[in-house]
Amino acid sequence: MSAKAQNAHPGMNLGYGEGARKAEVDVFGFWVFLMTDLVTFGLVFAIFGTMVGATAGGPGPEEVTDLRSIAIQTALLLGSSFAFSWASLSMKYDRGRGRTLIFLSFAATSALGFLVMEFIDLRHLVEIGATPQRSGYLSALWALVGLHGLHVAVGLLGVGSLTGQILLYGLTDKIKSRVTRLGLYWHFLDIVWVGIFSMVYLAGVA
Amino acid sequence: MNEDAWTPIPGSGFDWNPLTGRLHWGDLKLLEVFEDPSINSFVASAASWIAVLAALAIVILLTVKRRWGWLWSEWLVSVDHKKIGIMYILTGFVMMARGVAEGVVMRTHQATAYQGGFLSNEHWAELFSTHGTVMIFFVAMPFITGFMNYLIPLQIGARDMAFPVLNQISLGLTATGGALVMISLVVGAFETGGWTAYPPFTGADFDPGPGPDYWVWAIVLSGIGSMLSGLNFAVTIYKLRAPGMTFMRMPVFCWTALCTSILLVFALPPLTVAGLMQALDRLAGFHFFTNDLGGNMMNYANLFWMFGHPEVYILILPAYGIYSELTATFAAKKLYGYTSLVLATMSIAVVSFCVWLHHFYTMGQSPTINAAFGIATGIIAIPTGVKVYVWMATLWRGRIRFTVPMIYMAGFFMLFVIGGFSGIILANPAINWQVHNTQFIVAHFHNVLLPGLIFGIFAGVHIWFPKAFGFRLHERAGAITAFLWIAGFSLTFLPLYVVGLLGYPRRSAAFEDPAFIPYMIVTLCGAFVLLSAFIGLIVTLWLSVRHRDELAVPLGDPWDGRTLEWATPSPPPHYNFAVIPEITGRDAFATEKAEGRPYVTPTEYRDIHMPRDSVAGVFVFLCTTAIGFGLTWWIWWLAILGALVLLGWMFIYPFFDRTDEVIPAETVRLANEAWIAAISLREGVDRDDETTPRNRGFAATDMEQAT
Ligand code: HEM
Ligand SMILES: [Cu+2]
Repeated sequence: MSAKAQNAHPGMNLGYGEGARKAEVDVFGFWVFLMTDLVTFGLVFAIFGTMVGATAGGPGPEEVTDLRSIAIQTALLLGSSFAFSWASLSMKYDRGRGRTLIFLSFAATSALGFLVMEFIDLRHLVEIGATPQRSGYLSALWALVGLHGLHVAVGLLGVGSLTGQILLYGLTDKIKSRVTRLGLYWHFLDIVWVGIFSMVYLAGVA
Repeated sequence: MNEDAWTPIPGSGFDWNPLTGRLHWGDLKLLEVFEDPSINSFVASAASWIAVLAALAIVILLTVKRRWGWLWSEWLVSVDHKKIGIMYILTGFVMMARGVAEGVVMRTHQATAYQGGFLSNEHWAELFSTHGTVMIFFVAMPFITGFMNYLIPLQIGARDMAFPVLNQISLGLTATGGALVMISLVVGAFETGGWTAYPPFTGADFDPGPGPDYWVWAIVLSGIGSMLSGLNFAVTIYKLRAPGMTFMRMPVFCWTALCTSILLVFALPPLTVAGLMQALDRLAGFHFFTNDLGGNMMNYANLFWMFGHPEVYILILPAYGIYSELTATFAAKKLYGYTSLVLATMSIAVVSFCVWLHHFYTMGQSPTINAAFGIATGIIAIPTGVKVYVWMATLWRGRIRFTVPMIYMAGFFMLFVIGGFSGIILANPAINWQVHNTQFIVAHFHNVLLPGLIFGIFAGVHIWFPKAFGFRLHERAGAITAFLWIAGFSLTFLPLYVVGLLGYPRRSAAFEDPAFIPYMIVTLCGAFVLLSAFIGLIVTLWLSVRHRDELAVPLGDPWDGRTLEWATPSPPPHYNFAVIPEITGRDAFATEKAEGRPYVTPTEYRDIHMPRDSVAGVFVFLCTTAIGFGLTWWIWWLAILGALVLLGWMFIYPFFDRTDEVIPAETVRLANEAWIAAISLREGVDRDDETTPRNRGFAATDMEQAT
């Protein structure tokens, strides 16, 4: 390694030192973790695919899809990802922790909005009797949407924790690497949502 | 029954209260024999008494010997990959005692099972379910994870894993699973659906009790741990290899470990998904795998075996790695066909994802699909065959020592090939339909697991025990034990091929055909030989500890080893290497010895940074055990408390900056120079004297073909 030093993570702008090497290992490990998560989501998608027809006479895709609400949720989540990229960029170009934090809080607010909308939707499903106990189709739907929602909620906790760390310690090398990893997670959840949006909701009513 | 209390399964008939959930005094199996005396309940109660008394004995021993502090600070909070590896292997041994005992009880039952044996049907079913679960998840998995933990950093020239604390957390999660299975021996009952736990039989409709919940939480929690181990090993191998250690210069064990890690990363998520969906079905009334309202158990079968088949390669690949190191070292020859071995390992890893359906040919797919999976399964035999030839070619005209590892290797050669052949037979759907679910299957998988995996592990223990503890294992006791394993295996399991072909189903509590009786008696004798073989392991260990002064090999290289771990003292220092070695070829240490420049003193020493101890592993173990136990017994407050504490900790943990522990260059220099000085005082021992007290771990190399 020593012979040809490389700027392991230009995205974090850590330079060439030991910090960059450590960050490189950490971020690579996180990619592997995301891969396992991708396999998990892929499998839940596959199970959902086999259960689309298993409505057992209960509510089907038409009844559970409110495209207007789904569109707003999508906008909120994509917007959240967008805000997160701005946070990453201001971190990279050393625009001060204030800017980074502001963008992070945009990202968090937007994701929180997404969760609230999702919660309202799910409550509506309970009201019309579309509970997961009703049919295999609904079990799979709740599991898939719920798994994604849980991921977003955990991500929000992560933003909270990171915000505290940035306030306390500033944007140190270690924290930069954490922001980068949380960013990967954030965008990953966006991609998964695009899958849910198109395969569960759009394909359901199309 | 309490009408007001909410229970997850309305009308399931459990008396539930907020404090202890559905757990009552009557669930303690210790008391069963007093309430309903019979041989059956005697066996059940005796098992739980043994578990409780053994735990108590350990507690008392630790207290009397004042070893709690030592246990805590030397082991439980250590993030050293070597100690974590040893703890994994120890876990495997402890659980194996239970697994073997259950195997013997089962064989005894089957010897009396003509028209019904001495155990009740439920108890018999519980036995094969716990035995299978324990052996696969809490014996085989900890064994291979332990070996990978111990060896990977040493063999690639690293100081520790990429994520040492995560490594400890993985161990904690494995311990959680093991603890839940052990608790089930004392409190309540385990499930009765085999190690595969197929719903709907394990669903809430057929078995609302705690058994399947124990299984789910033990498997899900320890499965997450295994997945994280895989992640950690893969990243370590990708990122932390010493300078010059290119992929094609890695020891073969590291290649097999890499493939196993990749399999762990991809194959464990299906198991977690299947387990969690099963939990949702059972606890929250979902319909993934139920018989009614659109549930589909075939989804479970597919998910389970998408994990299950790669799992068998997860287990066997590291064993192949051990056999590869073994043949080269104990024949004092360069491994023949390194490249083909690497390619074979990789091919096995890839193809192992395309064969899972051969576990349920009879469950209703079209013949075309069965044929496709049958062919894919047959294909795996090719790379496996390549390996067997590579090992034979390595042994050819080598300087072979027929010591304990080589005895296991010989047993492996003869027996594993039989197991492999029976696998090829089973790969053919037409034949599979005939022998599906018979004792033929039992013979097949024990045939690959025992002589394949377990023999490899024991051979590995004999090879690397001196590295880890600084003294060799007792040779004679080890050899007798090895022969007992080979004989015991053959007696116990080879007859099952015959009874399987005669139509004796597996997992059946009784049989009707008197023709099976003689076979059952032979296998019972075999089981007792296996039991004595297991005791032989303990005797070997005991004798070795007693004679540890004669057996000491502190200089670190008792077998004229070829890879980097032998270029350290035994036991290796916490930081593994005084300076990170520069690698110039395959078999790094053998190359150095052949070129006459091993043990050179480095010109410059540097301070070494090592990660500090951590309580993370113990903490995660406690939280997840609370979660698992709480969910099993519907003790919601316990589960929620465990989850909240865990979440809160994950939130707060990153706030604490973990500083490294710095080992000053001077300390490293003193230790290293003392070791090299001790070597220079002695004369190397050649291979004839390998097992004599003259062997202190400094080898006079006689490898003509080192490089
Ligand atoms: C050491 C002596 C052993 C004995 C005496 C033994 C005996 C048995 C017996 C009697 C069964 C039940 C067969 C049936 O269904 O009719 C069984 C099942 C099984 N054994 Fe072993 N076994 C031994 C070692 C092992 C080892 C080392 C492993 C794995 C590493 C293993 C894995 C399994 C599995 C996975 C099952 C299937 C459980 C199920 O049906 O779900 N066994 N064994
Ligand atoms: Cu298989």
